[in-house]
Amino acid sequence: MEIYDGEFIAELEAIAKRVRSHSITMIYRAGSGHPGGSLSGVDIMVALYFHVMKHDSKRPDWPERDRFVLSKGHAAPALYAVLAEAKYFPEKELETLRKLGSRLQGHPCMRKTPGVEMSTGSLGHGLAAGNGMALAAKLDRKLYRIYVLCGDGEMDVGETWEAAMLASHYKLDNITAYIDRNKLQLDGPTEKIMSLEPLADKWKAFGWHVIEINGHSMKEIIQATNEAKGVKGRPTAIICHTIKGKGVSYMEGSLHFHGKAPTDEEYKQAMKELGGTDR
Amino acid sequence: MTWKWESQRKQYGRALVELGKERSDIVVLDADLSSSTRTADFASAFPERFFNCGIAEQNMIDTAAGLAASGKTVFVSTFAVFGTGRCYDQIRQSVAYPKLNIKIVASHAGITVGGDGASHQIIEDIALMRVLPNMAVIVPVDSNETYNVVKAIAKTKDPVYVRIGRADVPTVTDKDTPFEMSKANVMRDGTDVTLIGCGILVSKCLEAAEELAKHGIDARVINLHTIKPLDEKTVVKAARETGGVVTAEEHSVMMGMGSAVAMCLVENFHVPMKRVGIPDVFGESGACNELMEKYGLTIENIVEAAHDVMKRKK
Ligand SMILES: Cc1ncc(C[n+]2csc(CCOP(=O)(O)OP(=O)(O)O)c2C)c(N)n1
Repeated sequence: MEIYDGEFIAELEAIAKRVRSHSITMIYRAGSGHPGGSLSGVDIMVALYFHVMKHDSKRPDWPERDRFVLSKGHAAPALYAVLAEAKYFPEKELETLRKLGSRLQGHPCMRKTPGVEMSTGSLGHGLAAGNGMALAAKLDRKLYRIYVLCGDGEMDVGETWEAAMLASHYKLDNITAYIDRNKLQLDGPTEKIMSLEPLADKWKAFGWHVIEINGHSMKEIIQATNEAKGVKGRPTAIICHTIKGKGVSYMEGSLHFHGKAPTDEEYKQAMKELGGTDR
Repeated sequence: MTWKWESQRKQYGRALVELGKERSDIVVLDADLSSSTRTADFASAFPERFFNCGIAEQNMIDTAAGLAASGKTVFVSTFAVFGTGRCYDQIRQSVAYPKLNIKIVASHAGITVGGDGASHQIIEDIALMRVLPNMAVIVPVDSNETYNVVKAIAKTKDPVYVRIGRADVPTVTDKDTPFEMSKANVMRDGTDVTLIGCGILVSKCLEAAEELAKHGIDARVINLHTIKPLDEKTVVKAARETGGVVTAEEHSVMMGMGSAVAMCLVENFHVPMKRVGIPDVFGESGACNELMEKYGLTIENIVEAAHDVMKRKK
């Protein structure tokens, strides 16, 4: 299969590395933001935007496009970097993150940023909004699909489970939820703050088809997504085992970098590791 | 004027720990933001009386209700946007209506949240909490007052909403400045116009008063820390004695402190008035000072409003 072809995967991985580098640079320049959760979700977003999804950056409102909802809106830097890589707006604009007057708000705003499908930031809304899009697709007999990226901390939110129920009730086989299972939320490890396990069983009990993968493997992300496309009559949840801060050694598994910008020194180190230019 | 800038959250954390030592009925709940709201200080001192509810604010409020109904004095904290709007029905049904002993102390209110943007910058929390029967609403002016407010409300049995910010704020009181709920604090006497501020805008009112003094205008400045129940006596007295009122707040002008003052004056003593506050729009990402400027919360805005009021005075 060409999609598992080494060169092809390497290409996606190269994009992911650039997205990581951009994300950290943006947060560094802004002086605030969420590096940890941005980095853990990068590979999923890159696989979706650069392989899985039908979309066209020249026509962000193309009715047939697949939709991506970043439910964990604080990972906005990664989404913006992906959108810039996909040419929704110039890469230069990434510098404006969180600045007054910027189209790149601290959390995604669908009225400001081309390519952003839903305004998010308050956790726990994205899956339900994705369901709405999935219902609309069914009503309009459209074939586009909905992809939602949730944080594992978002599994604390009651609405996540209300949405889980609704999706299976309405047999929404056109929506796929990716759960960024980095095992950390803001105050600490998920299992210490609010235990989630057995998480896969919970989703199964809510009527979802469940797949567990390494969320940093392009191959596994793509395979699981293809499997989800084949599932009829129910939605699919892909539990993506990830590492918060993935790609920057001192951010990996770190609570500190949930919501802190790197210092000058830390930034230099990150750029070394990500092969970005030290700007 | 040069101010000392200090954290309100730090004083909240400190007051909570002291309360925890003094009283065994104090319990604290947070929703995965304890390191930001500083309830983490209480959590490490009294782990058995701290409950992190995860990112589940609605669940947290009803859990607080159960604890309060069982005799506990419950402090609940998260960001103001999640601690009011997100769980409004829970607050309405299970806190305000049954009049339970729950203190919602919410941080990161207003546009001074900065970079996070409109999703996190609640500018309507005072409005939401103010309309609820039984709910008191307090906006501590600085770090000292935050400490005093927390100690004071712990003595009451009723629901209270306390709004504090993310950023450090100018210290305008000293440690001995008394705090009495519903007793507005006249910070500066004056006879020509009254500037009523709450929260971070009080320091700007004081600076505006200095500015106005240069133009021969003698402004009174009031720190209206308790927005509900409103100290109508002090407000009406100021209107009567100065003949004009300007309010200033880091909140939507739609239904915040300024509206509360306006409603009071319309019914009791009608004088020319102007509200300085955030217009009827959402905020956006930016630096605090830039946002304060863009959304009309500067000293100049207050001075201008005072001049306007002066012109309209008979
Ligand atoms: C409703 C709500 N409550 C609280 C927050 C504050 N907050 C931002 S990120 C975060 C932790 C998120 O954890 P998780 O979903 O696991 O994200 P990740 O670890 O992938 O960054 C919290 C509590 C929020 N954005 N929304």
